[in-house]
Amino acid sequence: MELTTFWFLVIAFLWTGYFVLEGFDFGVGALLPVLGRGEAERKQMLQTIGPVWDGNEVWLITAVGAMFAAFPAWYAGLLSGFYLPLVMVLAGLIVRGVALEWRGKVTARERALCDAGIVAGSVLTAFLWGAIFGHLLYGTAVATMLGGALSLTLAIVHGAVFVALKTSGPLRARARRAALAAAAVALPVAVVALPAIPSSGAGGAGWTARPLLWLAALAAMAALASAVALVWRRREGWAFTATAASIVLATAALFGTLWRAPLPGLTVAEAASAPYTLSMLTWIGLVALPFVLAYQAWTYWVFRRRVAA
Amino acid sequence: MDALDLARWQFGVTTVYHFLFVPLTIGLGIFVAGLQTAWHRTGKEHHLRLTRFFGKLFLINFAMGVVTGIVQEFQFGMNWSEYSTFVGDVFGAPLALEALLAFFLESTFLGLWIFGWERLPKRVHLACIWAAAIGSNISAYFILAANAWMKHPVGYQVVGGRARMTDLWAVLTNPTALAQVPHVVAASFVVAGGFVIAVSGYRITRERRPAAGENTTAPLGGNAAAGLGEDAAVPLARQTRGRAAARVPGDAAMWRGSLRAALVMTAIAGVVVAGTGDLSAQYMREQQPMKLASAEGLRHDTTGAPYSLVPGVEVPNLLSLLAAHDPGARIEGVEDIQRRYQAEFGPADYRPNIPVVYWSFRVMIGFGLSAVGLSLLGLWLTRRRRPAPAWFARACLFALPLPILAVIAGWLLSEIGRQPWTVQGELLTAASVSPGVSLGEVAISLTVFTLLYGALAVAEVRLLVRHVKAGPDPVPASPSPGLPGDADADAAHLTPTLMY
Ligand code: HDD
Ligand code: HEM
Ligand code: HEM
Repeated sequence: MELTTFWFLVIAFLWTGYFVLEGFDFGVGALLPVLGRGEAERKQMLQTIGPVWDGNEVWLITAVGAMFAAFPAWYAGLLSGFYLPLVMVLAGLIVRGVALEWRGKVTARERALCDAGIVAGSVLTAFLWGAIFGHLLYGTAVATMLGGALSLTLAIVHGAVFVALKTSGPLRARARRAALAAAAVALPVAVVALPAIPSSGAGGAGWTARPLLWLAALAAMAALASAVALVWRRREGWAFTATAASIVLATAALFGTLWRAPLPGLTVAEAASAPYTLSMLTWIGLVALPFVLAYQAWTYWVFRRRVAA
Repeated sequence: MDALDLARWQFGVTTVYHFLFVPLTIGLGIFVAGLQTAWHRTGKEHHLRLTRFFGKLFLINFAMGVVTGIVQEFQFGMNWSEYSTFVGDVFGAPLALEALLAFFLESTFLGLWIFGWERLPKRVHLACIWAAAIGSNISAYFILAANAWMKHPVGYQVVGGRARMTDLWAVLTNPTALAQVPHVVAASFVVAGGFVIAVSGYRITRERRPAAGENTTAPLGGNAAAGLGEDAAVPLARQTRGRAAARVPGDAAMWRGSLRAALVMTAIAGVVVAGTGDLSAQYMREQQPMKLASAEGLRHDTTGAPYSLVPGVEVPNLLSLLAAHDPGARIEGVEDIQRRYQAEFGPADYRPNIPVVYWSFRVMIGFGLSAVGLSLLGLWLTRRRRPAPAWFARACLFALPLPILAVIAGWLLSEIGRQPWTVQGELLTAASVSPGVSLGEVAISLTVFTLLYGALAVAEVRLLVRHVKAGPDPVPASPSPGLPGDADADAAHLTPTLMY
């Protein structure tokens, strides 16, 4: 495969990993006051993401770093183009990160402040990512709001399923109900927003022009719908797989669409670094990535058991 | 005032701020890993207490390092899009490698360490803190290699208005980087050592005071999970410890131990800092003569150049000796370089802000080496089982601010001294800024970050002070019954102060 194509796929892969992994972190954060009745339950919720959220966030850092190295013009154009939204993303990530880390080390009053920070940071950031990419595709306010609504509601469903999967006791039952309730909002949003992804941009609205992307968007919808059924039937592991699949497919549709023009008026080839840089990065990445994936997977294995109250 | 000025302010403010936390992460991570290793080897309870105590302070600080770092990575694209497009091919590579090879390591294994106390076998758990700490140091290498490239670009060719990498190995083994990495890492150990010295000195002073006021410390929320048992036990332990003052030898010995360890660390790091700083100065003479001349306020090319201690006080020939290891060497001066640059690069002002660069250089060396001097003095005073004298324990508090001011000054020297270039000889700062970002946008983001950072700084300092005042938690008699299985209950009482 040609190197620019390969690196575009790598970057799509990193963003996908980020959305899947931080997706449930954001969901858990957003649901903190809704699901967690009392300190013990909130602690229980946060312990499901405690050991992993920081590692999940590094997927974003790596995705952005890889864009910088492999497609400098894309990195520069995207980040300077979405200046103020990204300031808000950063503010959200800062507040959420600090609140998560400090929460266990402060007084009860300050802990309430941390909780507020976790909720605000999670909701804001989860919304903004969708909004940014929605705006990137269409440049309209409606698309911005719709994209934001899609990423926020998907994250909430994903997070609720994750809590149901990772906890026991009353919290688990409540998380399951919350997942269903959130899905009732997420599904209609997805039905409108997901088909809009492949139909954006010049000359590619129809089925026939981009059959694969349409397929991905529709499969993302189907995966979300099946997640609802699986939650209903208390198959939490499979439900989580389904919400994850839905995020993967939606992101695939997004990056498939961006492949033609990662930014208006820019092609992937124009944005790319020279072949030498890309081949160097490829070798190092191929050696290192398996290790990274292995030890991250190991973390999930170590903390595989349900968290009790 | 235009967008460029504000973007520069924003970069300076946010980067200096990021670097307030970075050195502590780099140095304290290794220190905590060392403490835990000591506990692993000796099984002594006070090693475990120190591990957990400094581990907690480390984590409070680490959080700030992480969240401010993300801003840095985004900022190149947001504010400096022309720069990013120009250099991304070369400069982006170390950043991507840093994320892939260092940040994943750091954050994943730290998560395992925080939550894995009772879930992992002891050895594996110990390995986790080492992996995290080594990850921080690897990250320093990559980002500094990127930074060194801006001072001394190597392994590239400019094609079609963009720098194209031709030799990754040259970028990663840039001699400037090989001098800068140990200089900054060692400086970080001076900062972290100074932090431990100050905390230990404070605790020693406090142990010697009568109990009054000990109990006023507010109970900390994190203990809640341990249930009433621990919350009740803490004030009790403090009371006895406080009243008995010097009569409880255990704690005094514990703090003397951490003090000594930090003194050794700082002293060794001090030697490395001085040696590598000397090397950096020699590269500076070749690669960034304007910076060296500004750091010395040297106006004209001079053979046998004197070293200026402060304005008006000069040591003859010393600058030539330091920067070239030859007392008669010729050192270029600001005005002459300016003339030569004008001829080479066209009319412009190539002089940085000379007073800032001049004073930064002196603050870096003066403040940094005073902290190193303090550590040497301390090693002498506490030799052969001697307790630290009371006045020295109080003087230890200076070990905290001095190295921090020194590293900030070092960066001001390095970055302001490079102006007006972002990439020496290749790209001017004025040509680096994002053309599409308006003054208003930068003003908003600068305001947001300044307010947020200001509030967080206050919170962080208060949090650290409170935990230092509260001192280490007492450790349950048998902290480590072993492997996963029935571990949950134990984990609950062992880890609450580290987890959330
Ligand atoms: C000499 C060391 C050094 C220097 C000059 C910088 N950093 Fe840094 N950075 C670190 C050393 C470090 C670290 C020790 O690895 C940190 C600090 C605390 C931490 O958690 O990791 C970190 C954190 C950190 C993170 C978060 C990593 C995570 O989530 O684990 C990012 C994205 C950056 N940095 C990026 C940058 C950029 C783009 C810089 C250039 C302006 C920069 N840092 C300067
Ligand atoms: C963490 C320690 C660092 C500190 C404290 C620091 C400090 C500063 C300061 C004060 C400026 C403003 C100079 C001026 O405008 O006159 C600046 C500029 C800059 N620095 Fe650094 N810096 C650090 C590390 C780095 C690193 C590691 C890089 C690159 C990898 C970097 C890249 C830049 C760039 C691109 C500018 C351009 C903005 C400008 O020139 O004003 N810096 N830095
Ligand atoms: C004998 C004493 C020292 C000498 C000769 C020295 C020399 C230098 C030089 C020449 C630079 C600029 C490098 C460049 O911009 O190309 C520098 C930078 C720096 N110094 Fe020092 N230094 C000394 C002590 C210290 C101490 C004690 C600290 C902190 C504890 C420190 C921290 C720094 C930092 C953080 C930088 C910025 C990063 C860099 O450019 O390497 N230095 N030093």
